[in-house]
Amino acid sequence: MTEQRHSNVDPSWLRGLTSPRMSRRSVLKSMGVGAGALSLSAILAACGTPEAEAPVTGAQPGGEGSPEWWAERVAEGPGENVNFTNWPQYIDLKGDGEGNRVRPTLDAFIEETGINVTYRADINDNAGFYASIRPALEAGEPTGHDIIVITNGTELTELRQRGFLIELDHSLTPNFNANADPSIVDPAFDPDNQYTMSWQSGMTGIAWNTDFVDEEVTSFESLLDDRYAGHIGMFANDDTPNLVMAWLGIEPTTSTPEDWQKAADWMVEQRDSGLVRAYYTQDFLRAFQEGDLWITMAWSGDIINQQLYNPQYASFRFDVPQEGGMLWTDNCCIPTLAENPYGAIQVMDWYYQPDIAALLTEWNAYVSPVPAGGELVQQHADEASGGTKTILQTIAGSPYVFPDADLSSRLYSYREFTTGEELEQWNDLFRPIYVS
Amino acid sequence: MERPLPTDLRELTKRRKRRGRSLAPYALLGPGALWLFLLFLIPMVSMGGIALQEGNALDGFVQTFRFANFTEVLSKNEEFLVRSLRNGAIVTALALVIAYPVAYWIAFYGGRAKNVFLFLVLLPFLVSFSIRTVAWSFILSDNGLVLGALKSLGAPEGWTILNTTPAVIAGITYNLLPFTVLPLYVSLERIDRSVVEAAKDLYSNRFEAFRKVVFPLSLPGVFAAILLTSIPAVGDYLNATVLGGPGDFMIGNVIQDEFLTARDYPEAAALAFLLMAVLLVGAVLYARLLGTEEVTT
Repeated sequence: MTEQRHSNVDPSWLRGLTSPRMSRRSVLKSMGVGAGALSLSAILAACGTPEAEAPVTGAQPGGEGSPEWWAERVAEGPGENVNFTNWPQYIDLKGDGEGNRVRPTLDAFIEETGINVTYRADINDNAGFYASIRPALEAGEPTGHDIIVITNGTELTELRQRGFLIELDHSLTPNFNANADPSIVDPAFDPDNQYTMSWQSGMTGIAWNTDFVDEEVTSFESLLDDRYAGHIGMFANDDTPNLVMAWLGIEPTTSTPEDWQKAADWMVEQRDSGLVRAYYTQDFLRAFQEGDLWITMAWSGDIINQQLYNPQYASFRFDVPQEGGMLWTDNCCIPTLAENPYGAIQVMDWYYQPDIAALLTEWNAYVSPVPAGGELVQQHADEASGGTKTILQTIAGSPYVFPDADLSSRLYSYREFTTGEELEQWNDLFRPIYVS
Repeated sequence: MERPLPTDLRELTKRRKRRGRSLAPYALLGPGALWLFLLFLIPMVSMGGIALQEGNALDGFVQTFRFANFTEVLSKNEEFLVRSLRNGAIVTALALVIAYPVAYWIAFYGGRAKNVFLFLVLLPFLVSFSIRTVAWSFILSDNGLVLGALKSLGAPEGWTILNTTPAVIAGITYNLLPFTVLPLYVSLERIDRSVVEAAKDLYSNRFEAFRKVVFPLSLPGVFAAILLTSIPAVGDYLNATVLGGPGDFMIGNVIQDEFLTARDYPEAAALAFLLMAVLLVGAVLYARLLGTEEVTT
């Protein structure tokens, strides 16, 4: 990596100088300025952002992420602190009896290893978060994060392809090697788990509040129901176009621009009929809790957790409609130049212990990457009593936490983009629907 | 007694003194100029460079000096620009109507507690802009403080404020109100009370005295208040994000989305420049047509 950085004459700069569209001279002439502007135009030309490099196939020998490099990190030992940045509503929380909220699984790690973990629930959407770290990554500077959690999709692909992630050394992940679910080992979006280890998987479906919605929602048609006009929430991210395509009977992963147009038409019609209250990312949950949203696109665990653990929100329901839902995986990865990669990989592997994974699932109600943890949830449910027993039994029996064949057959994956033009076309079509 | 210095040395100190005096203004300007150069001019130039690039988020951007970017973003986002200018005008008018009596009262009747009242006006600034706005989303939600209370008094169940245009306008007005109050207060406070007394001595009633004496004398404050309120109001994006719904987004939202989500940097930069140009032209015209005399008095 370091080598690459040094030898890199910014190709866009060169191209800017030699661009056929308008030579430097003609630009200067057209600007009607003399030599004084030369420096200005040099600045302008140099402002080009670097082009995406060819897909990175792995760490350079001896470079960041190579086995030798990892061996050095292990020899050095982990740093004192791991900066772990995740999504809200994603890690177990408990009152400690003194009015403080603690994170049992993470605290156990801190106690066991002596490595402190600074946990931040700062990621509200992939695109926005990626935009916030991209300048540092491009400039070859540390992002300040040791672990980031990114959903499979455009941003993750880009992070991998542009060499912004540190390749993992799986000799340091014994729990992952022993306990990971086959479905998340060697996933299509990251062959051999070269850069990522799943945190949790989950579903995008529909949530409704029985205080306002007097029916079992089984179809996406309910998102077009006039009775809920002005109280329907939609996501302002790639969940929406992908899921709308699935609902319209189009397979998202192989969809064409014509298919995209159909989804866009549906979305515009829904919006312009005054049905949609607003387009949300993680903030959908607050609007749903406030009662502003009656029915909304939603992420499974966020709703189920609230429904089970918060008596105030017992009226929350979640379902994947018969026409389909999205299945996604959120992945832990280590951005380049992370300060404490060895500490980071230990935290990531920590969550692949069945008892830790079980505790996490019991709280956040998402799909765990550790099947053995699932058996423990059932066992805990059998052993528990009272309210806890009901909650744990609900989780152990929930298809949204332990998907069955029927549900799995209704789940779809995201459209991936291979070229920048495709991505631009997609964004130009869908962003104006949310941003209106 | 000072010992006489040799002539050439005396010349030297004199010259140094003179040079020192002539350099002083530049030295005073220095820190500000350096600040503007580093944090305004350089970013501006680099953004100007970005605005002329071509490309996309995945493949990167290339400098091609493509001036068509500007015309394209204008035609694409005309609707947002018009909406932002409209909101800015409404906000400014509302803020003036609300702020003028406040500033007037503090300036003329605040007495010894003037500073306390001014502090109260500024108090919201101690809380972050975004937190204040998010707090409003709770207050304005369907069953929040405002509507919950109204509905329990018999207002229709279907009423909503959050995620509507009035909520956005109210939010921006609330957030910018101190910027309106302060310049108004300053100009009102400076008015010589004996002038008002003179007006009354010349048989004008209180309203006439206000209309013919106080208000004209406060115009420099009104001028500054309009500028200080309208410019950030037009560029605001947070209130539309938090308090708005579909059809409420402003030009700032488009710029933010292009930068952060779509990551179309050239388009975002071109749009930001365009907004700046529109505001600048507006401000200059405004100063030319209405403001200069008042400002220079």
